[in-house]
Amino acid sequence: MEIIYEMTGNTLTAQLMGELDHHAAAKVRSEIDDTMDSYGAKNLIFDFSKVTFMDSAGIGVVLGRYKRLQAVEPSASRAAGTTATATAVGTTAIAATAGGSVVITGCSQKIYSILHMAGIFSLMKYTETKEEAITYLYGRKEVC
Amino acid sequence: MERKMKVQLEGTLESQSLARAVAGAYAAELDPTVDELTEIKTAVSEAVSNVALHAYPGEIKGDMTLEFMMPARDTIMIRVTDRGVGIENIARAMEPMYTTDTGENCSGMGFTVMESFMDKIRVDSRPGEGTTVTMIKKLDTYYGI
Repeated sequence: MEIIYEMTGNTLTAQLMGELDHHAAAKVRSEIDDTMDSYGAKNLIFDFSKVTFMDSAGIGVVLGRYKRLQAVEPSASRAAGTTATATAVGTTAIAATAGGSVVITGCSQKIYSILHMAGIFSLMKYTETKEEAITYLYGRKEVC
Repeated sequence: MERKMKVQLEGTLESQSLARAVAGAYAAELDPTVDELTEIKTAVSEAVSNVALHAYPGEIKGDMTLEFMMPARDTIMIRVTDRGVGIENIARAMEPMYTTDTGENCSGMGFTVMESFMDKIRVDSRPGEGTTVTMIKKLDTYYGI
């Protein structure tokens, strides 16, 4: 699986390309985490429009990044600069920017149904396109 | 049972894509829709990841057997068998969001996805002896033609 990244303000878009299963998931998780840390991203957009296959491994990838962004209080993050450390439920000690949002976009019907089964969309927003995701985050003044 | 096929693979995550390809090639004989093919491949992928992550945890290694059958001309049956650690409480393991994994590897949704995408699923397991997951799906193959 390949990932193409794009920064818009403080939002990182990760366009996943290929098949996302448990074999690919470990690399995807660490690569996205490293890129978010490198660019100090506060929000994350998962673009699934180029994903040709996904099983429940994708749930863990999405949920793990969500927990990571929720793991640190915003005030603690600002005080510490761009990053801080914290422990989230089900994760080891991590470094993350604080209190950001995750938006999911471009899912096929099957990928959407798998994420929906896990209740992902009760936690985070879904949009049809990446542009709508950016607009949504701008509307919440989370992109600057 | 017609056109029975049996494949033995290593019970590792590296086998996932090959198992999906085998399942897709076999199911193609039934002329499935794209949705049906995706559902079958996804269910097999979940079964294989269960073997790799749970039946053979850590340094424990072993093989798995994938059996494919067509009990009727519009029905596919897939059986995934391992000789791993087995499941102590099958009902609990099949609950949505239940996982023994403390990290991010598992969401606990594998069996839920299998049940959702296939018509029937049966799990037979004994601790220390292994697990067999049997899945059946009736395809909408001969609709109205």
